[in-house]
Amino acid sequence: MTALHLALAQLRHTPLLTALNALLMALGTASIVFLLLAGDQFARAIARDAQGIDLVLGAKGSPLQLILSSVYHADIPTGNIPLAEARRWAEDRRVARAVPLSLGDSYRGFRIVGTTPDYAGLYAARLQQGEYWQAPLQAVVGAAVARETGLGLGDSFSGAHGLAGGAAHADHAPYRVVGLLAPSGTVLDRLILTSLESVWALHGAPAAALPGAAREDHHDHDHDHDHDEGRDHTHGGHPDSAAPGPRRQEQQDPAEREITALLLRYATPMAAISLPREVNAQSQLQAAAPAFELARLLQLVGLGLEGLRAFAAVLILSAGFAVFVALYGALEARQYDFALLRCLGATRGQLLRSLCLEGLLLTALGALLGTLLGYAAMAALGQWLAHSRGLLLDPWVWPPQQSWLLLGLLAVGLLASALPAWRAYRSDVARILAQE
Amino acid sequence: MPEAPALRIQGLRHAYAGQPVLALDSLHLAPGEQCLLLGPSGSGKTTLLHAIAGLLRPTAGEIQVRGQDLAALGSAARDRFRGRHIGIVFQRLHLLPALTVLDNLRLAQRLGGRPADTTAALGLLDALGLAGLAARKPAALSTGQAQRVAIARALVQRPALLLADEPTSSLDDANAQRGLRLLRSQAQAAGAALLLVSHDARLRGQFDRELRLDGPA
Ligand SMILES: Nc1ncnc2c1ncn2[C@@H]1O[C@H](COP(=O)(O)OP(=O)(O)OP(=O)(O)O)[C@@H](O)[C@H]1O
Ligand SMILES: [Mg+2]
Repeated sequence: MTALHLALAQLRHTPLLTALNALLMALGTASIVFLLLAGDQFARAIARDAQGIDLVLGAKGSPLQLILSSVYHADIPTGNIPLAEARRWAEDRRVARAVPLSLGDSYRGFRIVGTTPDYAGLYAARLQQGEYWQAPLQAVVGAAVARETGLGLGDSFSGAHGLAGGAAHADHAPYRVVGLLAPSGTVLDRLILTSLESVWALHGAPAAALPGAAREDHHDHDHDHDHDEGRDHTHGGHPDSAAPGPRRQEQQDPAEREITALLLRYATPMAAISLPREVNAQSQLQAAAPAFELARLLQLVGLGLEGLRAFAAVLILSAGFAVFVALYGALEARQYDFALLRCLGATRGQLLRSLCLEGLLLTALGALLGTLLGYAAMAALGQWLAHSRGLLLDPWVWPPQQSWLLLGLLAVGLLASALPAWRAYRSDVARILAQE
Repeated sequence: MPEAPALRIQGLRHAYAGQPVLALDSLHLAPGEQCLLLGPSGSGKTTLLHAIAGLLRPTAGEIQVRGQDLAALGSAARDRFRGRHIGIVFQRLHLLPALTVLDNLRLAQRLGGRPADTTAALGLLDALGLAGLAARKPAALSTGQAQRVAIARALVQRPALLLADEPTSSLDDANAQRGLRLLRSQAQAAGAALLLVSHDARLRGQFDRELRLDGPA
C-alpha cells in the first residue's frame, strides 16, 4: 500500500524527530493511563474491603470516621457501643449477618481485632495454616502481618496499646498464634484477629467470663504508659484518653460489655430504607453505610484526580501540538516532494491520506509506548504496594476509559495532521516545480 | 485504426495574470518519436511541459496525450493518467529523499498504476550503470548518478511520452552527452516518445526533429 509505505518511509527517514515526538506523546499518554489505572485500582480496593458490609453500627460521631476505622482500619474509632444494644440490632430480622468488632490494641503497627471467625468469612478468606481461636488470647494473623513480623504458628506476642503501636502490655500474658490467613488482597491481610473475649480480657472485662485468661486485675495497668498513640485508645480505662468518651469497662456484668462496631449485612434490600434511620433515631448508636460514605470520599479524592487528569490532558494536547509542528514545519521543506509525487501520478487524495497516516502513525507509536509505560509504572507500583503495604493490585486490567483514551489520542493525531495534509492537498504543483 | 499520436498540440497559448508567456501553434509527436525544442530562458519551455503534463491548465488551446484530452479529465483521473502514461525528467533533479533509489523507482511504478516490478526496476538501473546503487538514499548519490536515477524513474512505468526539462543543464560536457545518450536510448527501448526542451545550444544538431520556441512576441 503506497500511502502507508510512504508514511513509514518518511518517519524512518527522520528517526530522531520521530522518536522525540513519539516520546512526547508517550509521556502524556503514560500519565493518563497511570491515573486511569490507579483510580480504577483504588476504587476496586476500596470496594473489595467493603464487600458484604451494608451498614456499620458504631458510636456517634463522624460517619466517615466510623467507616474508615471499622471497615478499612485506617482511622481511630468513634468510640464504643454497648454490646447489648448492638445485639438488639444484630437480631433484627432485617439483618442477615452481623459481625462484631472490638478494637484497641495493636502489634507492631498491625491492629488486633476482637471479632468472630465470621469476619474472615466476609472476605471469603481461607486459613493457610492452623485454625480459628478456641480460647481467649489465641490469634489468627493476616498474611502481610505474618510476612512482615515473622509471626508463625505457635509464636507468642504481646499487644500494645493504641492502634499504631504504643507501649506493650508487658504485664500480661501474650497472645499465641493459632492460625495464619492466606493472602486475600483485602484489609484482612494486615490484621490480627482474635476473639472478642481476648480484647475484653485485656481491657477490663471480668475474669469470670474468660476462662484461661491469665490476668484479671489489669485494668489499671497502663496508667503509667506513655500515650504516644493516646488518641487511639478507645477501650476506655484511660483517664488521659482523648477518645470520645468510651465508658470504662470495669463492670462485672457481661451484659454491659462494649464493642467498637457492628458490621451488618441486610437480609433484604428494603432494609436500606428503614434500618439506618431507625438506628440513628432510636439509639445512642450511629449507622453508616460504606457505599454512601465511600461515594462521598471518592468525590473528594476524585477532585484531586480530576486535576491530575487535566494536567495529563494538557500533556497530550501539547504532544498533539508537537506532532502538528513536526508535520507542518516539514511541509515547506517537503512541498517539492509532494509536487513530485503528484507528477508521478499520486492524486491529491493519496497525498492527504499519506500525510494523515503519518500523523496517525506517529501518534499511535506514542500512544502505544505511553500505554506500555503507564502499565509498567502501575505494575511497579503494584509490586511496591504488595511488598510494602500488603495491598494486592491487579494492574493488568483494561478500564473502559482506556479504549476511549486511545481513540481520543488518535483523534488528536488526526487533528494535528489535518492542516498540514490539507495544505499539501491544496498545493499548486506547477508553481512549486517552477520555483527553481 | 492508426495508433494515436503520443502528443498532439493545437493553438496552445498561456498567460500568467494576463501576461502571455507561451505560444505554440502546432506540435505532433508520433509514438516513439524524439524531438528537441530549443528556446531561450523565459520562452515558456517549462510552462509548456507543465501544460502537457496536465499540471497547469493553459489559457487556450488543446493538448492530447495518446489521444486523451487532459483537460477533459477530473483531477484524480488526470493524476493517474499522468502517472501511467507520462514520464518527466525535471530541470532540477528530484528524488524522494526518504526512499532508496530502488524504492523511488518502485514508487513510480505503483503510482503509475503498475504492480511494483523489482526485476524491471533493477534491469533499468543496470542499463543506466547504476546496478550497485539500488539500496542507496538519494543524498548519497553524485549529481550525475542522481540524473541517471531520475531518467530511470521517468521510464520505469513505461510511459508513452517522456518529457525532459533541461536534463543536462546541471552536468558538465561529458556527463551531459552521456546523460543525453542514455535518455534517448532508454526512451527508444521503452517505446516512449521524447520531448526534450532546453536552451542548451550544445544539443543542437543531434535530433532528427528540432523546433524553436521563441515565446509570444
Ligand atoms: N507562476 C508564475 N507566475 C507568473 N509568471 C510565471 C510563473 N511561472 C513562470 N512565469 C513566467 O513565465 C515565463 C516563462 O517561464 P518558464 O519557466 O516557462 O520559462 P523557461 O523557458 O522554462 O525558462 P528557463 O529556460 O529559464 O527555465 C517567465 O517569464 C516566467 O517569469
Ligand atoms: Mg524552465
